[in-house]
Amino acid sequence: MSAAGARKLWRSGEPFIWLTGGALALALIMVAGLIGIILVNALGFFWPATAVRVTLGDGKVLTGPIVERERIPGPSGQSRIKVRVANRDLYGADFVWVDEAQIASRATPADVAVIERTEWGLLIGTITELRDGERVVATGPAAWPEAVRRLPDAGRLRAEIRIVERSDIGSINHAQERVRLQLRGLELKGITAGAEIDELRARMAALQERYQEQEARLAALRARQTTSIVVAADGGKSKAVPLAQIVDVSFPNQMGLGAKSLHYVTKVWEFIADDPRESNTEGGVFPAIYGTVMMVLIMSVLVTPLGVLAAFYLREYARQGTFVSAVRIAVNNLAGVPSIVFGVFGVGFFIYVVGGTIDRLFFAEALPTPTFGTGGILWASLTLALLTIPVVIVATEEGLAAIPGGMREASLALGATKLETTLRVVLPAVMPSILTGLILAMARAAGEVAPLMLTGVVKLAPSLPIDGAWPFLHLDRKFMHLGFHIYDVGFQSPNVDAARPMVFTTTLLLLTIVVLMNLFAISLRNRLRRKYAASAV
Amino acid sequence: MPPAIQVAASLNPHASAAAIMEAPMVEIEQLALWYGAKQALKDISMSVPKHRVTAYIGPSGCGKSTLLRCLNRMNDLVDGVRITGTIRIGGTDVYDPALDVTELRKRVGMVFQKSNPFPKSVYENIAYGPRILGVKHRTDLDAIVERSLRAAALWDEVQDRLGDSALGLSGGQQQRLCIARAIAVEPDVLLMDEPCSALDPIATAKIEELMLELKNSYTIVIVTHNMQQAARVSDYTGFLLLGELVEFGITRGLFTNPRDKRTEDYITGRFG
Repeated sequence: MSAAGARKLWRSGEPFIWLTGGALALALIMVAGLIGIILVNALGFFWPATAVRVTLGDGKVLTGPIVERERIPGPSGQSRIKVRVANRDLYGADFVWVDEAQIASRATPADVAVIERTEWGLLIGTITELRDGERVVATGPAAWPEAVRRLPDAGRLRAEIRIVERSDIGSINHAQERVRLQLRGLELKGITAGAEIDELRARMAALQERYQEQEARLAALRARQTTSIVVAADGGKSKAVPLAQIVDVSFPNQMGLGAKSLHYVTKVWEFIADDPRESNTEGGVFPAIYGTVMMVLIMSVLVTPLGVLAAFYLREYARQGTFVSAVRIAVNNLAGVPSIVFGVFGVGFFIYVVGGTIDRLFFAEALPTPTFGTGGILWASLTLALLTIPVVIVATEEGLAAIPGGMREASLALGATKLETTLRVVLPAVMPSILTGLILAMARAAGEVAPLMLTGVVKLAPSLPIDGAWPFLHLDRKFMHLGFHIYDVGFQSPNVDAARPMVFTTTLLLLTIVVLMNLFAISLRNRLRRKYAASAV
Repeated sequence: MPPAIQVAASLNPHASAAAIMEAPMVEIEQLALWYGAKQALKDISMSVPKHRVTAYIGPSGCGKSTLLRCLNRMNDLVDGVRITGTIRIGGTDVYDPALDVTELRKRVGMVFQKSNPFPKSVYENIAYGPRILGVKHRTDLDAIVERSLRAAALWDEVQDRLGDSALGLSGGQQQRLCIARAIAVEPDVLLMDEPCSALDPIATAKIEELMLELKNSYTIVIVTHNMQQAARVSDYTGFLLLGELVEFGITRGLFTNPRDKRTEDYITGRFG
């Protein structure tokens, strides 16, 4: 093309339109690809896959779902498959790679059971016996129906043990700790004898007695868990699994589409509602969901009033000039500070200085064990509030700037004071902008991990930040977070292969939660906008 | 002041500013105003008669809006303003340091050039002023809203959608809503700063009609750059030029027989 032609083409604007459109398309493709990968990997995880029994040329037998197939590098052009043989306690590894060339035959026997246990992960094999203690109750095909008859009893027993462990013994421990702290508090005051001390000691002894009663009850309950099933696995090995340890048994090769769907829904629900097991690689993520949402909510409660008030001062009251402009630039730049820096500040200031002071003043009896002087959900929320405050300030300020000055004048001309004008006219009009800021802040906070690792997130929290013991909301407690959970499961797990699907499902869940929280805030904002039909703020 | 004299004053097109004998609502004496070092108003003295429409005309930047905004002290909001002289409204010194400016603004309502309804419902727009004054009962507020909207000739158009956003009304309706909002607190004086400059001729005609209606209850001061409008609606007209009140008198007299050469040049279209 001639130079004149090229210039003409450029002047027509056509190439620029293609350039802009192409950039947008590229961005969309990348986002769609990311979401696609997450969806495919996450949604397939809970689907009960057919368990294939593979017999190799040398007579070795492997049973389990095929999870992956890939070409062997090199010129051979052959493929290999990855079989999830499970039975980690028997074989030592969950997965086995098999060259397809070595496979003599494949079958899908109907009696293969996939058993989910509370320990050691999945067990795949054939159920051969049902035992009560050492006594064999049923064998062969009769074993499983008999076990099914006994499973509800086992479930009830397990629930009862759980209640004793969690609630009964838990509350005794809690009470003992309170008495211990009271004793320690008196000791710090120099009181080591007297009626008060005696009374506390007596209470402690009574609690100890009750504790031992519950322990005995627990031992009795555990002694009743005698029923077990014996499962024959590949390679002539067998394993007895107590019914008490069984979470779920399924026969994937007997399931129709309906049964598989039902199983799928049950598993998804378990994932959302259950506690994690086996160092987070199995079970659910409920504590992490709870911690994430709770932390974001506490952060929102802290950041919104603070940011909005600061923005009001900057825009409505401060005399506009060089200094205010400098403050504005500083606030904007604060949004660009790496989040780990906020984390370090959170540790140094909130935890050591503020938390340490609170401990010395109010929780002296518990020292040297820190109460607020260590990471916790309050400090994590405060750190994130600090991190997201520029977002709220900037959004609110832009909203305030977009409110026509005539609106304020109209209110003042009616005899309203500046305060009345601000509260009754300006604040409602700027509400959609405040919510915009909050949406951005929540999205940022829900996805942050680095500052949380320093200020209170843990791999496994023994208890939720909220429970039945006074004061119900325990802001000093450590918590679990989905973002950290992804990191922990994906990169700190002893069993990476088994944990990988959890990474995708957890990621999907985190995305879903962020989207849900945003949708809620957006619908609230749209309702406000409709109500006021306000300007384009 | 006996009514006979008022009538006489209105009828005599040759009455001069000094000869206005009607009861004054607003009295301005030797008013001067500076924005920083720049003097915007110079030595203005005049009185605005009660229950009449008084118009300020003049080219852009002559200070007519500034003068209007002195009457309810809206200029206080501007940084670096200095004012000398006195303004009395109904006998009260507007710039008395002891005066509560919000009290003053309740007595001196204002309608702005650009209609500025609050982003609230029609009802809440009208009820805003009374609520600030402490009216709480719903029945009282209902009565005030209806009375104000009827007075602003808007009731028939909006009575079915009092709960809708005021920003959904047309431009002319919004401006009448602003008038209704201003008179909901029953001020003595109503200031109007070019209230029709953003409106089409039909909406303008409605507002002008409304002004003639409202002057029976309120003293109206209007700023306009539209000389025909001043001629149509006002009883008295003041011509301002470069911060000076060049001429003030009965409207018909000022337009048919201006005493000052500059007034004549302006109203005959030789400049401005």
